[in-house]
Amino acid sequence: MIYADHAATTALSKAALTAMLPYFTEYYGNPSSTHAAGTAVSRGILAAREQLALLLNCAPREIYFTSGGSEANNQALRTVAAIGKQTQRQHIVCSAFEHPSVLRTLDELQDTGFSVTRLAPNQDGLISAADVQAAMRPDTVAVSVMLANNEIGTLQPIAEIAVGCRARGILLHTDAVQAVGHIPVSVRGLQADLLSLSAHKFNGPTGTGALIARRGIQPYSLIRGGGQERGSRAGTEHAAGIVGMAAALQEKNSDMPKHIAVVTALREQLISGLLELPQVMLTGSPNARVPGIAHFCIQGVESETVLALLDERGICASAGSACAAGALEPSHVLRSMGISGAWAQGALRLSLGADNTPEEVRQIILAVSEIVTRLRKGTV
Amino acid sequence: MKKVLVAMSGGVDSSVAAWLMQQQGYTCVGVTMKLYENETVGYCRSRTCCSLDDIEDAKSVAAKLGIAYHVFQFAADFETQVIGRFVAAYESGMTPNPCIDCNRYLKFDRLYHRARELGCDSIATGHYARITQQDGVFQLHAARDADKDQSYVLYSLTQQQLAHTEFPLGNLTKNEVRRIAEEQGFLNAHKRDSEDICFVPDGDYAAFLERYTGRTYPPGLFVDAQGNKLGQHQGLIRYTVGQRRGLGIVGSEPLYVSRIEPETNTITLGGKAALLRTSCTARQVNWLAGRIPEAPFAAQVRIRYHAAPCPAVVTPTAEGIHIAAQSPLSAVAPGQAVVVYQDGQVICGGTLN
Repeated sequence: MIYADHAATTALSKAALTAMLPYFTEYYGNPSSTHAAGTAVSRGILAAREQLALLLNCAPREIYFTSGGSEANNQALRTVAAIGKQTQRQHIVCSAFEHPSVLRTLDELQDTGFSVTRLAPNQDGLISAADVQAAMRPDTVAVSVMLANNEIGTLQPIAEIAVGCRARGILLHTDAVQAVGHIPVSVRGLQADLLSLSAHKFNGPTGTGALIARRGIQPYSLIRGGGQERGSRAGTEHAAGIVGMAAALQEKNSDMPKHIAVVTALREQLISGLLELPQVMLTGSPNARVPGIAHFCIQGVESETVLALLDERGICASAGSACAAGALEPSHVLRSMGISGAWAQGALRLSLGADNTPEEVRQIILAVSEIVTRLRKGTV
Repeated sequence: MKKVLVAMSGGVDSSVAAWLMQQQGYTCVGVTMKLYENETVGYCRSRTCCSLDDIEDAKSVAAKLGIAYHVFQFAADFETQVIGRFVAAYESGMTPNPCIDCNRYLKFDRLYHRARELGCDSIATGHYARITQQDGVFQLHAARDADKDQSYVLYSLTQQQLAHTEFPLGNLTKNEVRRIAEEQGFLNAHKRDSEDICFVPDGDYAAFLERYTGRTYPPGLFVDAQGNKLGQHQGLIRYTVGQRRGLGIVGSEPLYVSRIEPETNTITLGGKAALLRTSCTARQVNWLAGRIPEAPFAAQVRIRYHAAPCPAVVTPTAEGIHIAAQSPLSAVAPGQAVVVYQDGQVICGGTLN
């Protein structure tokens, strides 16, 4: 099997697994308990929190553990909404190609009286900081723009957007789920007030993520109950997940330059190979992208067929967006970029990791080329 | 090994169809067609999404059989080809049959095309009907289980489609199918049969049409055959030819809808006798053998899904067919399908004028 769907999820790293195992057996106490069994776990969580703070360049107390990226995004937006309600600022600016966890939450906020400006990216899949600036209003409470797009992989100018937000006292949230662990991400460097991340996108465990909230911002708790996460997230902490996330990111960050070089080379091999096919387009900027994600629009074929045929050949890929049932949905990301019809129908996302090899990429190119050529000829 | 795409709805029939194809030595690829968004059909947000449940059931069976399984998105095509035609028919006073359109435009066209793309030789479904071959010509026959026979909704199949279609349930009864499902431990073995049109799960077509089109269908007149006013109807879309219930009119004899005129928004009512026709015509006729006979022939015609076939003489015409029934047909509803049989074999079918 060739796994080329790292943007969906990644394998758990050995380092993460090793860090986690004792928390299923030896350290099983409740971290809220004050006895030895509880303390052992709460200390593990504390260490993980400090480790993550160093890796992300933020303060340990600015980290709030969640069940993953979607929860972090929900919580970030509910938090700015609560602040907006208090300060009579009920306008939020976002990009039109955010993750559904951002867009659906904003839809709900809109139903409760917020107004939302959804900015279209340009044809390179990039949001312009000037457009964000121009969309700001006196009642704008926050801007939410993702750091890397999950379908096409393009990197957004968050640091630049942050300058405009700072100048006007507007909060900035960035969904960094596809970026953390893949490129250097510094919360201070980006000047983001809120940042979401998810462990399983960087070889950590599923079910674990975090919301980073700048000091002074108390995340609105989506879950009522005990006072865990300083009152911002009730429920017994998932200690194994948390230490696994820290261990995974530690490994990723310590090897980052090499990791970026290896994965970027694979991606470039893939892109140049597939662009040799006629009527194939690389979606989004060729340069401003995370190392691993390449998205293509292929004329004359339908994603569902291509994916099923790739799967038969043992190649795991994606089109970028699927509904709850697993059927492909017309992609809101492509639509926001003005890509529709025959191009959008043949969407193919291939996302690579450091565990892929040049030989695997060669096989992917070969398989896609053969499948596309056969489908275009028409076999019926 | 031969490879077949099995259309799996999540129901017991198509699940058993998949198992039977596997038993026959085929490599099966299970596919559920996603035909509509819940929002499009105004589905019950309050209860669990029904179509998702069906997909879960199909997935479970595919996992049990160890076959490949995909959900394919056909919502856009379904909306144009099936829902669109359904709405247009009702708005013009006709009685549509969306299952036939779905078979014609989606299952045996789009899905079959997809099957070929995936390298499958044929497509199998859980329909109750039989395909046989004689002298190089494929024939479609009614199922062994007369109660479940679905040949009526399959009349649009062409020779090319028949050659690449498998109906593994054609020789089984529903009870036998359920027994197989039980034996195989399929969790949908006791799932109830779907009876209504899938995108109108509550059977309230009028409410669906109003919600879907955003239009209202104004009240108009009920009249008798002479044009005398009998009362007020509640909007054309609420009535079909032959309908007796829900008219709210009391007459000396039971009254039925005998005619619907969208141009004047008028519905004509009459007694049972007014519904009787000794002849009718149909258009858009598909001849299953792929050629049109030259002479009139004796046959049995079915003008509604579960109606008993009636003896008639069928004459091919330039526009389709002319049907002269031996004894009068009741409630010939424009828009409905008429299917012509000879001893259980489907000869042709078309849309009633």
